Amino acid sequence: MNPQSQTILPASAPDADPSVPVSARLAARAEVDRADALRPNTLRTGPDERGRFGIFGGRFVAETLMPLILELDQAYEAAKADPGFRQELDFYLKDYVGRPSPLWHARRLSAELGGAQVYLKREELNHTGSHKLNNVMGQILLARRMGRTRIIAETGAGQHGVATATVCALFGLQCVIYMGATDVERQKPNVFRMRLLGAEVHAVSTGAGTLKDSMNEAMRDWVANVHDTYYLIGTVAGPHPYPAMVRDFQCVIGDEARVQMQEAEGRLPDVVVAAVGGGSNAMGIFHPFLDDPAVELIGVEAAGRGLDSGEQAASISRGRPGVLHGNRTYLLQDDHGQITEAHSISAGLDYPGIGPEHAWLHDIGRAQYVGITDDEALAAFQLCTRTEGIIPALECAHALAHVAKIAPAMRPDQIILMNLSGRGDKDIFTVAERLGVSL
Amino acid sequence: MSRIAARFAVLRAENRGALIPFLEAGDPDLATAEAILRGMPDAGADLIEIGVPFTDPMADGPIIQAASKRGLAAGATLGRTLEMVARFRAVDADTPVVLMGYLNPIDSYGPARFCADAAAAGVDGLIVVDLPSEEADLLEADAHAHGLDIIRLVAPTTADARLPLVLNGSSGFIYYVSITGVTGTRSASDADLAAALPRLRAVTDLPVAIGFGIRSPAQAASAVRIADGAVVASSLIETLARSLDAQGHAGPDTVRLVLDQVRMLADGVRDARTREIVA
Ligand SMILES: Cc1ncc(COP(=O)(O)O)c(C=O)c1O
Repeated sequence: MNPQSQTILPASAPDADPSVPVSARLAARAEVDRADALRPNTLRTGPDERGRFGIFGGRFVAETLMPLILELDQAYEAAKADPGFRQELDFYLKDYVGRPSPLWHARRLSAELGGAQVYLKREELNHTGSHKLNNVMGQILLARRMGRTRIIAETGAGQHGVATATVCALFGLQCVIYMGATDVERQKPNVFRMRLLGAEVHAVSTGAGTLKDSMNEAMRDWVANVHDTYYLIGTVAGPHPYPAMVRDFQCVIGDEARVQMQEAEGRLPDVVVAAVGGGSNAMGIFHPFLDDPAVELIGVEAAGRGLDSGEQAASISRGRPGVLHGNRTYLLQDDHGQITEAHSISAGLDYPGIGPEHAWLHDIGRAQYVGITDDEALAAFQLCTRTEGIIPALECAHALAHVAKIAPAMRPDQIILMNLSGRGDKDIFTVAERLGVSL
Repeated sequence: MSRIAARFAVLRAENRGALIPFLEAGDPDLATAEAILRGMPDAGADLIEIGVPFTDPMADGPIIQAASKRGLAAGATLGRTLEMVARFRAVDADTPVVLMGYLNPIDSYGPARFCADAAAAGVDGLIVVDLPSEEADLLEADAHAHGLDIIRLVAPTTADARLPLVLNGSSGFIYYVSITGVTGTRSASDADLAAALPRLRAVTDLPVAIGFGIRSPAQAASAVRIADGAVVASSLIETLARSLDAQGHAGPDTVRLVLDQVRMLADGVRDARTREIVA
């Protein structure tokens, strides 16, 4: 096949053909991306050589870690340039993760909302039940190339921890997971899963015992174990190259969805909606649409008990730029630059920051960020379960709640694409408690 | 000449190393921290390092994390830390003061305004843990314009090839982080330290202070036999923490106990280079 001829075909696309292996489709896609990059107004070329998206991003880490981050950057660039790496990743994505994930036309949900057609990108059907494995698969292959034998990770909802523990079991690597003590409590099933998979799970009780604290502790571990340890970050945050690398590994979501959308409807969606914790599932589905100005992109932050309740996790809506965990981005902080605690019913969204590329997309107006409260997410959790027979994770229930807000005002020939980033089995205890049911 | 350069010149002339004790601003309360600061020069501090509390001290172990938390709870801010230094400067014109902290409080204060206010308060140098050379342009011009030294951290992971970049733009002294790890967890061996120093001496004439893992007078003494200064933090904070009552309030002896320990460390450092090393 001649990739040159592929790129000039209309968007119904050679990369749509399911008989063509994922690697060839992605190569075709990469060709299109390169063509995009030559267009003066593409938004897909970031970050710059300092790891920045506009003023956001960068590498704000202690000197002890700086050489490691530079080494990682080089290793990742080399892997990207090596077709063997892509092939290996494609193999695992297909036969282990179970990709491609389906695109589901949620007809009953759409009918109940009485407006736009809602399509769900079924990331909850991936092995381990969320989009997290896409990134983890990529990084674990990189860690192996780099000869690292000990893997550490932070986790909030436990989905990233489970995904990391899973690949460590698959490749026989030592695995240490840091998880906030509050999250250990509210995501018990995932803690047990991680331990079954052979991981050591450390409950972190500093701060509010949530995702931010687990990330602090993982960085402390990394500083102390630089010689053999790979820090496998679970979202599009942290110092460069993590935000770009995690995004690249998650772009498989949007790349597939774009093609599947063409197959299903012969056109692109009008709106793409995704929940935002650190922002990896959202970036994965947004990025391939960045250069389609007609496609509206909406990130949904957790508004907790209300955007102005003081108990929320909406860093863009209620934060301001600052530096934490290696990058400049929007942060929840007080007047003195101290980081304030986030709150969300969903452990995976309970973080006072957001990936730097999202901060940039917000500032340039390419994506819009809205807030959904705990109660709205709970209602959407039940709506999806009842109408589609899909129990969503509380994280993406936030995205669903926003879909439920905007769909009724849209026409039936309009399309919303939503990232159903994970399944909700892990959340049934939290939901039961909120609904006053004791299990 | 800056206060830091002047102090190291004197020390060099006397052939002795610097004891650089650390305190966390506002720990356990604003007044007690200030009393400790005030007493440090008489107890033998040659330079003083003041930690600025931050909610997420990623390079610090549990001891300094706890100090940071107590400082925040007591209401320490960057602004109040500068006010404390200004009051100290009114009574001590010579002892150099270095602030050590994380970037976000400075970023939030505004780097230009911060450098102006810090210099006016009598701060001499800045150590910003999460501001590596690659990002240093954020602060460098303002710091130098106001005569503040930027003190860079060099770590065991910093390869020789990287040293020129790390040292470019640094002044005052070099802070050698003696271990790969967070504060207050482990100590480097004398052999590791002895091997590390020539790497630095080969590329800089700036004084080198060693920090992370120096706890006892003996460890401080061996550090200044090969380097120009020894930073002691976690073990002083442990002493402070042990003196607090059940509610975490300063006890009657808190200030004295910390300063007594500074005095013992200073004794260890004072004649370290001339004293017989008794095995
Ligand atoms: C299912 C699911 N969705 C979303 C998130 C939020 O993370 P991100 O914003 O990086 O996608 C998580 C995090 O734990 C998750 O488990």
